[in-house]
Amino acid sequence: MTGNHPLAAESETYELSVNGRREQVKAAWLGESLLAVLRERLGLPGAKNACEQGECGSCSVFVDGVLVCSCCVLAADAVDAEVTTVEGLADGDALTDVQQSFLDAGAVQCGFCTPGLVVAVHDLLDRNPDPGDLEVREAISGNLCRCTGYGRILAAVEAVRDQRGRRSRP
Amino acid sequence: MRPTAVGTPVDRADARSKVTGTACYTVDVVLPDLAHAVVVQSTVPTGRIVRIDAAAAERAPGVLGVLSHANTPSLAEVPTFPQGPAGQRRPPLQDDTVNFDGEHLAVVVADTLHHAAQAAALIDVAYDREEAVTTLEAGDELPPSGIFGEAPDSVRGDPEAALARAEVRLDATYTTPTEHHHPLEPGATVAAWDGGRLTLYDSTQWVSGVRDAVAMTLGMATDQVRVVSPFVGGAFGSKAMVWPHVVLAALAARHVGRPVKLVLSRAQMFTSLGYRSPTVQRLSLGARQDGTLTAIVHAVTQQTSVFEEFVAGAGYISRSLYACPNVAVRHRLVRVNAPTPTVMRAPGEAVGSFALESALDELAAQSGVDPVALRLRNFAEDEPQEGLAWSSNALRECYQVGAERFGWERRTTEPRSMREGRHLVGWGMASATYGVHSEAAAARVRICADGRILVTSGTQDLGTGTYTTMVQVAADALGVPVERVTAALGDTDLPPAPHSGGSQTAASVGPAVWSAALDACSKVLALAEQGDSYAEILTRHGIEFVEGRGDARPGASASRFAMRSFGAHFAEVQVDPELGEVRLTRFCGVFGAGRILNPKTARSQMIGGIVGGTGMALTERTVTDRRLGRVVSPNLSGYAVPTHADIPWIDVCFIDEHDPHVNALGVKGIGEVAIVGVAAAIANAVHHATGRRIRDLPITPQTLL
Amino acid sequence: MAPLEYLRPSDEGAAIALAEADGRACLLAGGTDVVGLLKDGVLAPSRLVDINALPIAGVEIRDGGLSIGALTRLSDVADHPAVRGRFPALAHAVLAAASPQLRNMATVGGSLLQRTRCGYFRDPVTPCNKRAPGTGCSAIDGEHRLHAILGGSDRCIAVHPSDPAVALLALDAVVRTRGSRKERAIPVDDLYLLPGSTPERETLLEHGELIVAVELPATSFAARSCYLKVRERASFEFALVSAAVALDVRGGVIRTARVALGGVAPRPWRARAAEAVLRGSRMTEATIAAAASAAVRDARPREQNAFKVELVRRVLTRVLATAGAGG
Repeated sequence: MTGNHPLAAESETYELSVNGRREQVKAAWLGESLLAVLRERLGLPGAKNACEQGECGSCSVFVDGVLVCSCCVLAADAVDAEVTTVEGLADGDALTDVQQSFLDAGAVQCGFCTPGLVVAVHDLLDRNPDPGDLEVREAISGNLCRCTGYGRILAAVEAVRDQRGRRSRP
Repeated sequence: MRPTAVGTPVDRADARSKVTGTACYTVDVVLPDLAHAVVVQSTVPTGRIVRIDAAAAERAPGVLGVLSHANTPSLAEVPTFPQGPAGQRRPPLQDDTVNFDGEHLAVVVADTLHHAAQAAALIDVAYDREEAVTTLEAGDELPPSGIFGEAPDSVRGDPEAALARAEVRLDATYTTPTEHHHPLEPGATVAAWDGGRLTLYDSTQWVSGVRDAVAMTLGMATDQVRVVSPFVGGAFGSKAMVWPHVVLAALAARHVGRPVKLVLSRAQMFTSLGYRSPTVQRLSLGARQDGTLTAIVHAVTQQTSVFEEFVAGAGYISRSLYACPNVAVRHRLVRVNAPTPTVMRAPGEAVGSFALESALDELAAQSGVDPVALRLRNFAEDEPQEGLAWSSNALRECYQVGAERFGWERRTTEPRSMREGRHLVGWGMASATYGVHSEAAAARVRICADGRILVTSGTQDLGTGTYTTMVQVAADALGVPVERVTAALGDTDLPPAPHSGGSQTAASVGPAVWSAALDACSKVLALAEQGDSYAEILTRHGIEFVEGRGDARPGASASRFAMRSFGAHFAEVQVDPELGEVRLTRFCGVFGAGRILNPKTARSQMIGGIVGGTGMALTERTVTDRRLGRVVSPNLSGYAVPTHADIPWIDVCFIDEHDPHVNALGVKGIGEVAIVGVAAAIANAVHHATGRRIRDLPITPQTLL
Repeated sequence: MAPLEYLRPSDEGAAIALAEADGRACLLAGGTDVVGLLKDGVLAPSRLVDINALPIAGVEIRDGGLSIGALTRLSDVADHPAVRGRFPALAHAVLAAASPQLRNMATVGGSLLQRTRCGYFRDPVTPCNKRAPGTGCSAIDGEHRLHAILGGSDRCIAVHPSDPAVALLALDAVVRTRGSRKERAIPVDDLYLLPGSTPERETLLEHGELIVAVELPATSFAARSCYLKVRERASFEFALVSAAVALDVRGGVIRTARVALGGVAPRPWRARAAEAVLRGSRMTEATIAAAASAAVRDARPREQNAFKVELVRRVLTRVLATAGAGG
């Protein structure tokens, strides 16, 4: 998706790599947000649209391993990248340790912010295996939650941190 | 039957689908041939539509149709339900008048969301603008006709005389701003017609209310409308009633002959699902020197829209929280060119408690009595307004346990006397209370020959844990493990249940599930002697399943007892004395709320309520331009809800309370009581830290400089 | 509304040519600001030139200073050891901005060109001289609690929202730009225009001119720099008031000082009067107080934002004391 070709609106067919699968996007407009393409064209509703402008984190996904708000990324900028959504985190029916911990800790209520938070917590703990309390709270402050009051989410994150720490110790 | 599931921290039944992103919310519903609708809203606060030009929009790519008042059939007004007014009774697109900025004026339907949004931008509206009243302060005060069936004004004793005689007097005015619920999932409806039958997938707190209101508005038989709402992405009152966009989705789908999805934008959420009215509350207290209350006068002014009335009973808390012989409560309304306000988490109490519990703190400071001791001194042994005995009341235990857990005894009396480095530290507390509500509800329990058990009710789960508590109650009633039970809800085809608001879902639906399970159990046991499993009995008799039905309704206790949940909040703040930044650093909430069905989901819900109250105290406000009558910065950076970084560890504790009177399960409800008093506890802590009494929310660096 | 033409060139020359060829073209980098403005209808370009494929990202150490490619993401700026070690105000400012997700997307070039958060600017329905010249300023007689106390005009009192820009200003950063005919080096201090009678013009950049890099020179004051931001929410919020200061203190005497303010003016605001007070003085409480007062001597507050005058004084008092005590 490089080069200077102007792309007439909606005439384009392009490919995205999402959760390890090549997906064709047909007759689409490259100026669409990645979130819109995931939800409206690829049938992946896990990433949620709650604020439309990067203010809530509910649409968090990985693009080439980088945590972003998919509502502010144009689909065209994800064309040569690997996109991972909440649907692609777990291996088959198994839950990831973060997902399991959210369930165990009671970190879920309405669940609308949960997919974005789960993705953001994976990002945090993959980059920083031993974050302190303040680091955790700052690192997931880009994900607004209106139901849980964050307390149990923090407990879920710390449980995964401790569990991974125990595993990695000799 | 001894409970083994109820009262234990069972994992949330719907958590797996939520952490994997597979839970299907209304915004996620996809139907064959689905079209998309985008709403166009007014941009002036009052006036007439001179012209609404949809020609360009109709010609735009992918557009299937445009609805405006010019081509919308006549619709019936939504009635006032016995449970309270509808969100907005006035149906949409009926004439050329504009009553508030952000009112729905047109709906554009297209094959894709992108096309609908593009075309919506092409709708051209010209107005004949009129003079608007845009603030509470600018209009005339009128007495409301009633507040959920109660009189807006009431007097007991002789408050004026008691005030005149009082040894200690306090007279202060407190204000709270417009607040919005902002659930993360916006308001959304998917409408699909099948001949004359309508199915609505809707993000709602009340599937049967939506069904009834839409049927009435469209002149249909109730049984021709089905409403489905398995997952709701938060609500807090914004989806408790029925709002015009739901009807618009149905009309749009009929207009274009395809299923239509209508999702409100975040900006539209500021004018489409109600809000908490701003309040101006004048509170006068009279007391003896020892802090014993002798008079309370609580006068509240709120706003409503110019075309209909909604008022929350913000002053009522002053009648029932404390023993006081002389109490007057007064509610007034100002009609403003703004949307109709609505219920929002603990409507009435959430804002009323800010005034009352701040005033109590002022009284404590004035009379030199410790704030907890002051409240204990004024503890109401019986419900003070009606004189009924409490069905149960753990308020004293809440104070005591909270004070112990928080370490209240180490609090120094003088403001500005506690420090942590450069920060001033303040400790404040407040009481909480909310009425116990329940309504008639029904449930069905099916026991299958393969051992599975299905429990169903046309109730809702807003994230509050209804799926999980239904499973727990049914499992205990049947004496089976929770793993065998699944729940279904959020569908008008299921047995009817009331709206999920006022913390009444568990108290209404729980007893219905209990009785349905017992009914099913007795049907199986009628087939055979005890000792065999349900599955064995059914299999032996060649029966695929039996079904029990349970109907529960509020008992006669309501006339004999006063029923309320209670709580006590203890807050610690740190204030940067130069910069005015306030940070909540510690919080403890203790509640007497009857039986707690699931401590895991309940604890999280209480923390959520406390954080909602923290937002009220420190960050949340909707700003409206007073000349334009239009919300400024209608987005989630303009309306700041707390982030993770704003919230400390929160200690939540439930008093073990057995209330035999409220209902068969002893459940009082928890969702609202959590937020009541939180803003006051924080404001009181700010006063203790700084010596500054902030009577206008939110408390920001600006107010503390 | 004509469908937007979308282009994604892969070299700078092409990007500049595509942008210059269409007077209504708009550049898109991190997207964290522009995408929202497009959605809200505040920007309605006929052509969107996505520059994310241009090879102008990365931090290089050059001549003792740093050259930061314009497309370097803010998170990569904050993570860079040389930024953290030698330009601490920039690291602080970047980490105080937005959220982790947005810092992973937003670019250093884009953050200099961030548009104001003024609610009237961002609402195409309301009058706004910046968005629609000549329609009037809604904020002056409307809601202006968050608006400018310095540098505003009777046409516009919107504030510049960027945190990194304030730090870059205090660190004497220079912006390298490319147009089709020339390349320029513009000090950040010279980049911005005050609104005056043309609030729609915000910078010296010409249409299509591309920021390719931001250079941080080696200075005697960068190492002793810091950034302080006051906001209502603990995280993920724009500043009520912020300040970046950088000091060269030798033998107890301030040789050079840089004082920049955020959240108070239509541009990242250089408080030269405060710098003048500091220069040559000893770092005492009296010096700090005099500098803090000098910074707001010319302030023109309005009804709702008068608190910012005192808040600036207090923020500067704090941040100067911190920087003075450090290093």
